[in-house]
Amino acid sequence: MQLYRVPVQIIPRPGILDPQGAAVAGALRTLGFDNIADIRVGRFITVDVNATDAQDATGMVRRMCEKLLANPVIEDFVLEEPTLQPGGQS
Amino acid sequence: MKFGIVTFPGSNGDYDAFHAAADAIGEESVYLWHKDHDLKDCDVIILPGGFSYGDYLRPGAIARFSPIMNEVVAHARRGAPVLAICNGFQVACEAGLLPGALLRNASLRFVSRVVTMRVENASSMFTREYFKGQVLSIPVAHGDGRYTADSDVIARLEGEGGVAFRYCSPAGTVSSEDNVNGAVNGIAGILNDAGNVLGMMPHPERAADPILGTTDGLGVFHSLLGGVIA
Repeated sequence: MQLYRVPVQIIPRPGILDPQGAAVAGALRTLGFDNIADIRVGRFITVDVNATDAQDATGMVRRMCEKLLANPVIEDFVLEEPTLQPGGQS
Repeated sequence: MKFGIVTFPGSNGDYDAFHAAADAIGEESVYLWHKDHDLKDCDVIILPGGFSYGDYLRPGAIARFSPIMNEVVAHARRGAPVLAICNGFQVACEAGLLPGALLRNASLRFVSRVVTMRVENASSMFTREYFKGQVLSIPVAHGDGRYTADSDVIARLEGEGGVAFRYCSPAGTVSSEDNVNGAVNGIAGILNDAGNVLGMMPHPERAADPILGTTDGLGVFHSLLGGVIA
């Protein structure tokens, strides 16, 4: 077993009104960033898991997203590439 | 009729719900601890308001995996009544007892005040003591009350009596001005398909005693008894 870090992005689904993103976009426009088309605010989670390989790590975190980390009614999730971490169980 | 009020870590509406059930309508009531597996033969389960597990991740997301929720879901699947208020509504949606989800208020502000809502379905076990179109004064206190669901779910709720309550003006008209949190179609409360689970953001238990300024929430409790309000 090795220790993998799997980063997860959780973002509001398309079509879901994101008032937080709209408020941030408004503030940035006030600061002179006139070219903003849209901002969506989501959540970033890193999960460190002991797994046999990267695919195993990704599979586990995918199941975590489906069960708890994301709500499919309102959120999409994107798994990033796992990276090997020091200190895994053998 | 025996009421069971679930206490999660972070619940703050459990005592209010207990007071409404035990004192306002005088029914036997017990608290149910979230780590227990025993519903203690309760007929009605109340998932109360509050901030279970600090609303971490998403409101209700962690509470839905509390041990007692297995029994609450089984209770609901048997057709027995579950009244899910505010945070309880969020828990019920996360647990799949009700469709849809509750998002951050469109205003991004926590709202705590008395609002008016209209009874849309007056034939359910929770609302039969009201009449259709009746306008109720009832408090809300939430930051994440913006009900949303896929358009086909909304169409089904609207078409089949699934919308129990809708935010409205004191005169009973519906407009975005009276929509306290930006919910789709101003939806304040919904019923599941079988009609035995009611989820609502407003607090009927905080409108169940004259000292609170409004008793318009009492009808929810009296409806469950099948009794008659004077």
